[in-house]
Amino acid sequence: MSQAIHDSEVIASDAVLTVDHLTMKFGGLTAIDNLSFTAARGDITALIGPNGAGKTTVFNCLTGFYKPTEGMITLSQRAGGAYLLERMDGHKICHKAKVARTFQNIRLFGNMTTLENLMVAQHNRLMKASYYTIGGVLGLKHFRKAEREAVELARHWLEKIDLVDRADDPASDLPYGAQRRLEIARAMCTGPELLCLDEPAAGLNPRESAELNTLLMEIRDEEQISILLIEHDMSVVMEISDHIVVIDYGEKISDGTPEHIRNDPKVIAAYLGVDDEAVGESS
Amino acid sequence: MSNTEANGHFDMKAALKDAAISALLTFVLASLILGLQIVDRNTGLVLVPRIWLAAAAIALVFFGRLALHMFWWSKRMRVDKPPLLPTTKLTAGLAKITRIAAPLLFVFAIALPFFPFSDRYIMDLAILIMTYVMLGWGLNVVVGFAGLLDLGYVAFYAVGAYSFALLATNLGLSFWVCLPLAGLFAATWGIILGFPVLRLRGDYLAIVTLAFGEIIRVVLLNWYTFTGGPDGISNIPRPTFFGLEFKRFGEGTFADFFGLEYSSLHRIIFLYYIIVVLAMFTSFVTLRLRNLPIGRAWEALREDEVACSSLGINTTNTKLTAFAIGAMFGGFAGSFFATRQGFISPESFTFIESAIILAIVVLGGMGSQIGVVIASVALIGGFEVFREFEQYRMLIFGLAMVLIMVWKPRGLISTRNPSLLLNPSGRSPARQEGAA
Amino acid sequence: MEYFLQQLINGVALGSIYGLIAIGYTMVYGIIGMINFAHGDIFMVGTFVALIVFMGLMTIGLAWVPLALLIVLIVSMFVTAAYGWTVERLAYRPLRGSFRLAPLITAIGMSIVLQNYVQVTQGARNRPLQPVITGGFKFFEDSNFVVNLSNMQILIIVTTVVLMIAFSLLIAKTSLGRAQRACEQDRKMASLLGINVDRTISLTFVMGAALASVAGFMYLLYYGVIDFYIGFVVGIKAFTAAVLGGIGSLPGAMLGGLIIGLIETFWSAYFTIEYKDVAAFSMLALVLIFLPSGLLGRTEVEKV
Repeated sequence: MSQAIHDSEVIASDAVLTVDHLTMKFGGLTAIDNLSFTAARGDITALIGPNGAGKTTVFNCLTGFYKPTEGMITLSQRAGGAYLLERMDGHKICHKAKVARTFQNIRLFGNMTTLENLMVAQHNRLMKASYYTIGGVLGLKHFRKAEREAVELARHWLEKIDLVDRADDPASDLPYGAQRRLEIARAMCTGPELLCLDEPAAGLNPRESAELNTLLMEIRDEEQISILLIEHDMSVVMEISDHIVVIDYGEKISDGTPEHIRNDPKVIAAYLGVDDEAVGESS
Repeated sequence: MSNTEANGHFDMKAALKDAAISALLTFVLASLILGLQIVDRNTGLVLVPRIWLAAAAIALVFFGRLALHMFWWSKRMRVDKPPLLPTTKLTAGLAKITRIAAPLLFVFAIALPFFPFSDRYIMDLAILIMTYVMLGWGLNVVVGFAGLLDLGYVAFYAVGAYSFALLATNLGLSFWVCLPLAGLFAATWGIILGFPVLRLRGDYLAIVTLAFGEIIRVVLLNWYTFTGGPDGISNIPRPTFFGLEFKRFGEGTFADFFGLEYSSLHRIIFLYYIIVVLAMFTSFVTLRLRNLPIGRAWEALREDEVACSSLGINTTNTKLTAFAIGAMFGGFAGSFFATRQGFISPESFTFIESAIILAIVVLGGMGSQIGVVIASVALIGGFEVFREFEQYRMLIFGLAMVLIMVWKPRGLISTRNPSLLLNPSGRSPARQEGAA
Repeated sequence: MEYFLQQLINGVALGSIYGLIAIGYTMVYGIIGMINFAHGDIFMVGTFVALIVFMGLMTIGLAWVPLALLIVLIVSMFVTAAYGWTVERLAYRPLRGSFRLAPLITAIGMSIVLQNYVQVTQGARNRPLQPVITGGFKFFEDSNFVVNLSNMQILIIVTTVVLMIAFSLLIAKTSLGRAQRACEQDRKMASLLGINVDRTISLTFVMGAALASVAGFMYLLYYGVIDFYIGFVVGIKAFTAAVLGGIGSLPGAMLGGLIIGLIETFWSAYFTIEYKDVAAFSMLALVLIFLPSGLLGRTEVEKV
């Protein structure tokens, strides 16, 4: 649907995320080399590439876990206002710039319940409402109301990911696929402008994978949230992405619509022998 | 060592072999340290053999091990159960008991001074236990909730005790004025010490806090002009009941005012109620905090720091609040300790105190309030039981720590109550299944 | 200048002892990622075993000191190693893969047990030993401060160097060393490749304890007085040395030991002796805060 916007020249002006000349070196190893791309607002942008291409490193740079060696990462919010992510602390990237992420190896708060996981995601809002805990200890009305709203938001997402029944169970007791969905819901509860998903379909069976597609498209279309995702599962990537960036050995080798990527000889070459199954699946 | 029971039936030969190996190990361990004693004589040090003692130890290990094989391990099919799952029958049972036990314990604590058996000895012991309960609850915020391993908690206890003692003896301030100040000082120290080190990983944090605890103790010991050095501070004023003192003679004493006959027990009972109130306050505040965003953030931090940061939580500040609040309660308890004793010296604030408080929290079950109570009663009460074996009680204490931890690595009470529920009335079917 | 040189010699001798203990910390941390809290007390047990064996040999009339010392060294290494093995077996192995604070608590428990075990069996008073190795070399005899390099100090330094070389070869060349390094990298994978992980970890504790007993033996001869409580402070200092050198690194442990020994000696010589422990503890805090990967350690890139 947003393909139309994409093909026109609007992208540059309405990019939610702009990565400029990003370089990340670990000692002598260059994991990302002069990478530039943009993710348009309201789009699902996929970042793909063979194993070890540097995808997760890009993620870690733009969510503040690594400080890039060089380059600029700009996030522009819908209401105006832009943030240079490479200069921000990890937690501020989520809190101020409104970038939320999930992890390749699911990182839930395992001993806490599903609902609590979603409440932790609304921490900053609730802290403010509790007047930094003091109001909360005194049990002020203002805080109780904010807490009820937070629970309602959590319920909204629990309904979306179909986990209302298991809201009060420890997150580590959930089946694998549910944990993946919960992690996405948790990221959404922070109220992000950009949602970064690190291999959300990894380890899912085909049915779960299809459900995931629906969820992600709902997030894009109903919640109007831009998504940047890393994915190996080409069925996911090709079906839901509006825009794909392909990297290999830390460099961008292709950038465009799924149609364009599918037919790009460079991409096929990069995948051949490395992950040709995936290419076979997608074409 | 070999498991004789691996295939279900008992193998005498293997059991004997295992017991013999254990006995041999004991021989190596015990023959020198246990079997020979260095004794001071006029002529200098001499060795005195105690062969029977070493022999007894070896025999004990041999037959003990054999008995374990014959009567314990052979009956219990040792299926390697995952120790992390908290849903064993015992734990569930304990959890059920605690729900009923907590209010009962509270009533018991309030009524304790009025029981006929509550003499001076019992009340002193009760005060001691309640002090550790309070310290345990305070440290629980740091270790149990936030998962920060603090081995120097006694430093804040010391800061509280010394700030009260110094304020009271130098400026003549009363206990009730000093109490909040002591808590404030301790919390400030928590922030000062915590700020640089809280980003460290688990056991690095543990050893740095241990070092801080020792630094504070050594400074207290050597800063003679300020702290009195090893002599400590004496004549610390006792608390008053709204200005009424607990003295035998004179105007305006507690006994005089209420027209009671003087009894030295009054003061003890008064102290007891102070510590009960302080402990209840600690419990109330920490339980309340746990259900607030800050408490959930602490627990989330314990579970996964990286994920916390990715959700926009300032992990450093969150850890600092936990550290400061824990320190504050340590400070309160410290000033209570000072006023109860009337005398403090650095000797009361050694590493072993930190270890005991930590053991109370961890053995009780991290994050569990009732667990802290059980562990305090067991450890401190146990200490009292072994009072006559002064020398041996630390040995037994250490052994108990090891054994309980091996038996239940998650502590005695390891169930966790959620901070809030979506479906409070009807718990989901999956949950009930898990709890059964 | 002469005073400085004297302190340098003293510091190196003390640092060698710390370095030997630090190796035990660094190896155990390398392989199971945990501080062996009881290691300082293992060292303390080593000093007592050495003292008892030495006194025993004197009682039965073994007069030739070098032979006596050699026997003491071997016996105390063996016995102390058995203690190291037992600590691992009781406090660490049952809790492998368990909740991460649990082994730390059992280790603190073992530390308390060892201290009080020695206190109960051998008494709380400190135990002196007459100097066994005397004599040495004197320098600058015509100046107003004579620098003394005692035979004891030479023995400490030489023993440490020899042990370090032997030990580095053990880790680098033998299959045990390879197994150990493999377990450090990835314990699960190592066990899949047929390495007996439990045995490797046990042997790591055994080797650490054996080295600690050598350190304990030399400490006994050097200072001539021990008590049941020395393990605590010496243990923390040696741990500081391990962290300073970079945990997991053997040369780092040695280097860290030397630096801590020198700091402590110079601090006592030029500043206040009362605060020498504070100097060491502050050093620990500073290193952990500003140089957590140590001088020779690898920086770890956290995987997300």
